[in-house]
Amino acid sequence: MRRSIHILAILFLGLAASSVAQTLTIYSGRNEAFVGPVIVAFEAATGMDVEVRYGDTAPLVAQLLEEGSNSPADLLLAQDAGALGAMAAAGMLAPLPREILSQVDARFRSSQGLWVGVTGRARVLVVGPDLDDLPTSVFELTEERFRGRVGWAPGNGSFQAFVTAMRVIYGEARASEWLRAMVANDTRVYPKNTPIVEAVGRGEIDIGLVNHYYLYRFTAENPDFSGRNLFLPDADIGALVNVAGAAVVASSDRQIAAQHFIAFLLSPLAQRHFAAEVNEYPLVPGVSANPELPPLSQLATPDIDLAALSDLETTLELLLDTGALE
Amino acid sequence: MKPAPNSHSRQHVVRRRRGAPPAAILVPALVVATAVMLPLIYLVVRSTDASGGIWAYMVRPQTLVVLARTLLLVVGVSLASLVVALPIAYLTTRTDLPGRRLWFVLTTLPLVIPSYVFAYTFVSAFASGGLLSSSLGISFPIGGYWGALVVLTLATYPYALLTLRAGMLGIDPSFEEAARSLGRSGIKAFYYVTLPLLRPSIAAGSLLVALYVLSDFGAVSLLRYTTFTRAIYVQYENSFNRGNAAALGLMLVLLTGLILLVDARLRGRGRVRRIGVGEGRRSPRRVLGRWRWPAFLFLTVVIGVALAAPLTIIVAWLARGLAAGQGVTFEWAPVLNAAGVSAAAAFASLVAAVPVAVLAVRFPSRLSALLERFSYLGYALPGIVVALALVFFGARYLPWAYQSQLLLVFAYVLLFLPQAVGNLRASLLQVNPHIEDAARSLGRSPIATIVSVTLPLMRSGLITSAMLVFLTTMKELPATLLLRPTGFDTLATRLWSWTEEAFFAQAAPSALMLVLVSSLSVAILLSQDASD
Repeated sequence: MRRSIHILAILFLGLAASSVAQTLTIYSGRNEAFVGPVIVAFEAATGMDVEVRYGDTAPLVAQLLEEGSNSPADLLLAQDAGALGAMAAAGMLAPLPREILSQVDARFRSSQGLWVGVTGRARVLVVGPDLDDLPTSVFELTEERFRGRVGWAPGNGSFQAFVTAMRVIYGEARASEWLRAMVANDTRVYPKNTPIVEAVGRGEIDIGLVNHYYLYRFTAENPDFSGRNLFLPDADIGALVNVAGAAVVASSDRQIAAQHFIAFLLSPLAQRHFAAEVNEYPLVPGVSANPELPPLSQLATPDIDLAALSDLETTLELLLDTGALE
Repeated sequence: MKPAPNSHSRQHVVRRRRGAPPAAILVPALVVATAVMLPLIYLVVRSTDASGGIWAYMVRPQTLVVLARTLLLVVGVSLASLVVALPIAYLTTRTDLPGRRLWFVLTTLPLVIPSYVFAYTFVSAFASGGLLSSSLGISFPIGGYWGALVVLTLATYPYALLTLRAGMLGIDPSFEEAARSLGRSGIKAFYYVTLPLLRPSIAAGSLLVALYVLSDFGAVSLLRYTTFTRAIYVQYENSFNRGNAAALGLMLVLLTGLILLVDARLRGRGRVRRIGVGEGRRSPRRVLGRWRWPAFLFLTVVIGVALAAPLTIIVAWLARGLAAGQGVTFEWAPVLNAAGVSAAAAFASLVAAVPVAVLAVRFPSRLSALLERFSYLGYALPGIVVALALVFFGARYLPWAYQSQLLLVFAYVLLFLPQAVGNLRASLLQVNPHIEDAARSLGRSPIATIVSVTLPLMRSGLITSAMLVFLTTMKELPATLLLRPTGFDTLATRLWSWTEEAFFAQAAPSALMLVLVSSLSVAILLSQDASD
């Protein structure tokens, strides 16, 4: 905590001298409702102008890859590690300084130092009230008792990151076998996470494979919403924690200012905002998560290098081959 | 009985008499066709990155399955939307139905509702445990082919409706009167005379529907029916593989070519025009009598499903959020931005479409037919493909225009040009060239003739074209997200921003405003349409 404040102070002093009146252009795959207030606070604190281009992470990354070195972007905020990995693989990210990288646990940043996680997003099972015999692993979901009662979103990026992790840890064959068994068990397909949580709420299904924070948006609009999060125990692969992260675009001529922004995202102020408003896990030690959530330190997460999640093409082929994704 | 043979011979006369098109028409048409080629060039360049080579990727069994599914949906929705649109067009133009104009406006309005909102409504209403199934105690199979068919029919029949209506208003009533005077019943006269006269409009409307279905992403993704567009998105979203996406995009281009060939057949070769006075006489209205009750029922059901149901869901979102004490904010800037770029897109599309349509109809040749067909390319491609093509060219070669409103409007023109070309073509076919010849013989130049004689006679086609492009642009999302100036919000981007993260109450004002502004523009445009 003290260390990060110390770093911030140095960074902002530097800013005052070097980069006032610069405009920083951010491509944000994160929603305006979540990052908008942080950007306003950053502008107020530094006097810099920030322009943000909001979009879905994947099309924004496709846009960045198409723009190449002509990109007007200085920074990318992405929903998942896979998108950052694709940018890193294309050589479009600039290395981040150690002072920024070292603030976040090594599990949640690029091993090459090209991107850093800002918040954590846990995979959970959202479960309805009718379920009394709870599963303890995603591998149980292929059992007969869950036939037709489980929902997933095979087209969703977070889901695919989870399947990629399963491939990496358990091997291609096991992942393929699980996917086929899930399909055979009449697992219901949804276009994305939100409709899954909604379907659990109206009793269409009893279990949904989703990220942890969707639930709280439904309970905010409807306090009687019937569904709750089940964090799987014992480092189950279904308890993977992915990150939403940030990176500096290599072709940017405002690298220092962009790094300042990332430092700001990791500041206690921004981290507290993400924890309170978005219900994601803060990744900087010292800032605690929403009290409704089990603390990140108590989650037994599978041991995996998130950079290994960038091989999405193999996962996509696997999903198509097993019939999970049509 | 069909008027085609007679007018067909006239066509040959016309073709001989008019020689080469003036440069003032040919050059703009060539410029438009070149612009439309940009996405194709991009796809060819990018598809060289496809896994295992482009050809291997294109003939994979999975790709062929997607091809078959796409075709099934295109054919199904095209037919279904005609079945819905034809009676509405007839009832609102050719009968004494009380409140015709209001019915027409209401049945047109589903046009302003984005297809993903339709799909969302459909899912929340029909899914088991949803609104309808819990009150009726039954659940419907949602998703897949039938779900996509229903949702896309609701979302696209207005395109066919607007085109058919313009066509019906432009028909010279004397053809039908002749048939009646020769003893045909009203229904037979409609079937044997009016329907063949409507052929260009039916073809134009079906083509708009068919190609819309090809490019739609919102509905097929929520209802999980894999068409080419969904497969393309899956590649972008899930593996960031632009090569595979481009290979699929090229398949989509081939499929579009196939549909355009079928359409050329459907159009027929006959040409039918009004002769006599330039100011068209209106067809007499058919007295409905007792038949107006089933007509009301039909229209009410269509409006209920296609307009009232999605609006109810949106209002319910708002009410639920307000009840839960959520603050709902609303800004005017996205409204003005959306209306501004949509109006610019409508105007620019007309400017681009007039030379293409005039060339195709007045100077028929292989080249002019080809140029007209080319204009449909962008419309059949998913918005994200056209947008990425312009990102590719814009960021490289036009950095001053990249992420400006100019390039954004340009993208809209590429995407929605056929909505103007198709309607202008159909309405131009109904303008007798002898009137233009008269103007020429009185000393007008070819261009002055088009401006002062032809365009005023095409009034209802021009209005319909502008309206279609305006309304479709209002709800366009994927290209807007990629090409808008940074920080530039439209109603569609606001709607996306809120629904994406399930802030439905916050999304409601934008959705309602989208419907309101679009309805107002429909009303304004219709009040300009004196031919009703």
